Amino acid sequence: MAATTEERACPICDLPVYPDEDYCEACGHRLDAPVPRCPGCGGSTISDGYCEQCGLRQPDGTDHIELEVTGAAGVSDRGLRHSRNEDAMALAVTADGVAGVVCDGVSSSTRPEDASRVAADTGAAALAELRAAGQDAESATRTAAARAAEAVAALVGGDGDDTQPTEPPSCTYVSALVHGDAVTIGWIGDSRAYWLPESGEGAQLTEDDSWAGQMVASGALTEEEAERHPNAHVITAWLGADATDAEPHVRTLTPDTPGVILVCSDGLWNYYPEPARLAEAAPAAASEPLEAARTLTRLANEAGGRDNITVVVIPFRPQTPPSAQPTQEPAR
Amino acid sequence: MTGNPDFTLTVDQNKYLPEGGQEVHAIVTVEASGVPAAGAVRSTSAAEVIIIDTSGSMDYPRTKMSAAIRAAQTAVDSLRDGVAFAVVSGSARARMVYPAGEQLVPANPQTRQEAKAALERVRPAGGTAIGAWLGLADRLFAAHQEGIRHAILLTDGKNQHESPEQLDAVLQSCAGHFVCDCRGVGTDWEVAELRKVASTMLGSVDIVASPNDLVADFRAMTEAAMGKAVADVALRVWTPQAARLRFVKQVTPSVEDLTGKRVEAGPRAGDYPIGAWGAESRDYHICVEVPPGTIGQELRAAWVKLVLPGAGGGQEQVLATGNVLAEWTDDEAQSTRINPKVAHFTGQAELAEAIQEGLAARKSGDVDTATARLGRAVKLAHESGNEAIAGLLDKVVDVEDQATGTVRLKKNVDKADEMSLDTRSSKTVRTRKGGA
Repeated sequence: MAATTEERACPICDLPVYPDEDYCEACGHRLDAPVPRCPGCGGSTISDGYCEQCGLRQPDGTDHIELEVTGAAGVSDRGLRHSRNEDAMALAVTADGVAGVVCDGVSSSTRPEDASRVAADTGAAALAELRAAGQDAESATRTAAARAAEAVAALVGGDGDDTQPTEPPSCTYVSALVHGDAVTIGWIGDSRAYWLPESGEGAQLTEDDSWAGQMVASGALTEEEAERHPNAHVITAWLGADATDAEPHVRTLTPDTPGVILVCSDGLWNYYPEPARLAEAAPAAASEPLEAARTLTRLANEAGGRDNITVVVIPFRPQTPPSAQPTQEPAR
Repeated sequence: MTGNPDFTLTVDQNKYLPEGGQEVHAIVTVEASGVPAAGAVRSTSAAEVIIIDTSGSMDYPRTKMSAAIRAAQTAVDSLRDGVAFAVVSGSARARMVYPAGEQLVPANPQTRQEAKAALERVRPAGGTAIGAWLGLADRLFAAHQEGIRHAILLTDGKNQHESPEQLDAVLQSCAGHFVCDCRGVGTDWEVAELRKVASTMLGSVDIVASPNDLVADFRAMTEAAMGKAVADVALRVWTPQAARLRFVKQVTPSVEDLTGKRVEAGPRAGDYPIGAWGAESRDYHICVEVPPGTIGQELRAAWVKLVLPGAGGGQEQVLATGNVLAEWTDDEAQSTRINPKVAHFTGQAELAEAIQEGLAARKSGDVDTATARLGRAVKLAHESGNEAIAGLLDKVVDVEDQATGTVRLKKNVDKADEMSLDTRSSKTVRTRKGGA
C-alpha cells in the first residue's frame, strides 16, 4: 500500500500528530524541537540522566566544552577513559586584563563534577569583582581561592546520588590573572600553570601539592623517581569540607617578552609535562588561543586520554615599552 | 494516605567493572522511620488471625497444649483496640475457636475476654493439615484486604493429613493475601516444610523447643505485628534492555530469595513483594548481569524503587528510589575493590546454604560432605561475627579450628539443637563495622 498523506508521529510519545500542528496534543512536546536521543541505543526516553531503554548514562553537556572571551580561550574534554568530565574551567574579563580558572574534581570524592564547577565559577567571578573593586592582584587571588573553597565546602550533605558515602565533594584549583604587565598565579592541588614565551625557555609556574611534588621540592627524589612511585599523584591539598589547609600558593611574574600563560589539569600535563614540548605542540598559541587549546586537548587524547583534559590559553604581551615589541606576529 | 513511615533507600556497591565485566552486585538498604508508637492511634487498619495446632499430639506432653493456649491468650491480650481478629484451631481440618462464625471481630475488652474463654475450652484431637488452616485464615482475611494482615501459625507436627501438592496449591492461592509467622513447638515437625510456608507468606520461621517459651514468643510476634504501619510494600527493580536480573534476595534479618516472586510491572521492571513495615530496616542483595560496555561508559544497571500500592485501587506511590550503577574502567585498583557489605552478605547467604546442605548430608549419612559443609559454616560464622549461628553450630560439631573450619561431627546431637540450627541457619547479622 502506497503512503498517501504525510503521516507524522510525535517523536516523544509516538502518537499520531496532524501535519500543521506545532505541539503534540497528547504529551505537549514541541514538534520542531530536537529530541534528545540516547547515543547508545537511540532511545528517546531519558529519566534522571539515564536511558530508560539501555540504561546508558546520558552526556550532560560537559563532554567537550569550548570557551572564548577577549584575551583568553579554553577547552575542557571528558577524555577517553572516564564516564564524565569532572574538570571545570571559567574565564572572566577583568578591569585591566583577564582571569582564567581550572579545577579538577577529585574522583574519589562524591560529586566531584559539582565541586570543580562551583569552584571555577566562584573563583573567576570573584577575581573580576575584586579587581573591579581595586583590590591588588595577589590578595584578589587569595580571596578568590578562599571563596571558591567555601563554596565547595558548602556542597557537603547535599542530595544527589550518594551511592558511595565517602569523601565530601572536592577539587583542585588554579587561577591565572593577567593584569597590565604582570601575571598572578594562585593554586591548591596539582593543576598547573605554565609560562610559554614566544621565544626562549618556558617554565612551570606552579609546584604540585602532591606526594611527588613534595618529594621533588624537598630534594628527596628526582622528578623522574618521584613520578614512578605509585603515590606520585596523590594530592596533598585540595578544596573541600575535609580540607585542612586551603591556603593557596601565590606568585606573580612580569615577563618581558610576549608568550602565553597555559593553565591546565593533569589530563594534559601527564602526557606533556615539559614547557618546551607544550610550546612546541602549540606554536601559534599567542595568536590563536582557542586553536592552541584544541590542539593540546587533541594531543592528550591521542596520547591515551586517560583523564579529563582542560586547557586554558591566555596570550600575554608586555605593554611597555611598545617599541620593544617584536613585530613578526601575524595580524589578528 | 497519611501516617506512612519515612522510607529511605541506600545503595552500597562498587560500580567499577573491568573491561568485559558483566556482573553487578549491590546491597540495597531500606529503612523505615517515623512510625507512630505502638500505643498511638493509627490510621492503618489491622487484622490478626491466630492459628494454633490442636492435633492429638499436642497432648503429649500435656504442657504443649496448655502452653499453646496461654500463648494464644497472651497474643489476644496484645492486640490493639479495634484490630479485627479471630482464633483458629487446626487439626485435620480448621475450626473457628473465636468468634463462632467465619469472620473477624474488632478487639475490645469484651471480645478479648470471650476469645480467651473460648481458648480454655479447646481440646486436642485429630491430625495435621496446615493447608486447611491457611485456607480458613485466607477466607477470614478476604474481607479485610486493606491495611496490615498478619497471622501466627503454631504447629507441633508434620503436615500428614494432606498431600504436599495440596499444601502447595493453598500456598499459591494465599500468597500476598497476608503475612504469616510460623512456629514449630517440640521436635516432631518438619523444618523444610514450615520454612516453605513462612517464605511463601513473607513471614518468619522459628523453633520453640520448650513449650514454656511460647508465651513470650507469641507476645513478641503480636507486638511486632501491631508495630507495622504499612502493608504490601514492593521493591520495583528496573533493568536495562539486554540485561538479566540474576537474583533479588533479602539478606537481613534473614536470607530469603525473592527472585521467583517477581510480578511484571511495566517495561523491563518487576515488583518483588517485601511485606509489611514498621520502624525497621532490611537489606537486599541485587545481582544484575549487564551486556559488556566500553571503558569509560556508565550504565544504570538497576533502578530500584520502593512502591506502595494505592489504597482502594488508587494511585501507587513511589516512596524512595536508588541507582545500581556499572562503570567500566581499566584502573584495576577500582575494579578489584570489594564492597564490604556485598562481601559480607554474600558470605551470610553462603553460610545459610552450607548449614542446610551440611545437615541434609548428615541426615543421609554422608559424613564427608556433612563435615566439609558444616566446617565451612563454622569458618564463615566465625569470620562474619555471627555469634548466634556459631553457638548453634557448636552443639552439632566439635570445632578444632574456627579459622580453617576444621570440625568433627558430634556423635550424639540433641534433636532440638539440630532443628534450631536448621531453622535459624538463614538468620544473618550485619557487618560489625559500619553496618547499621
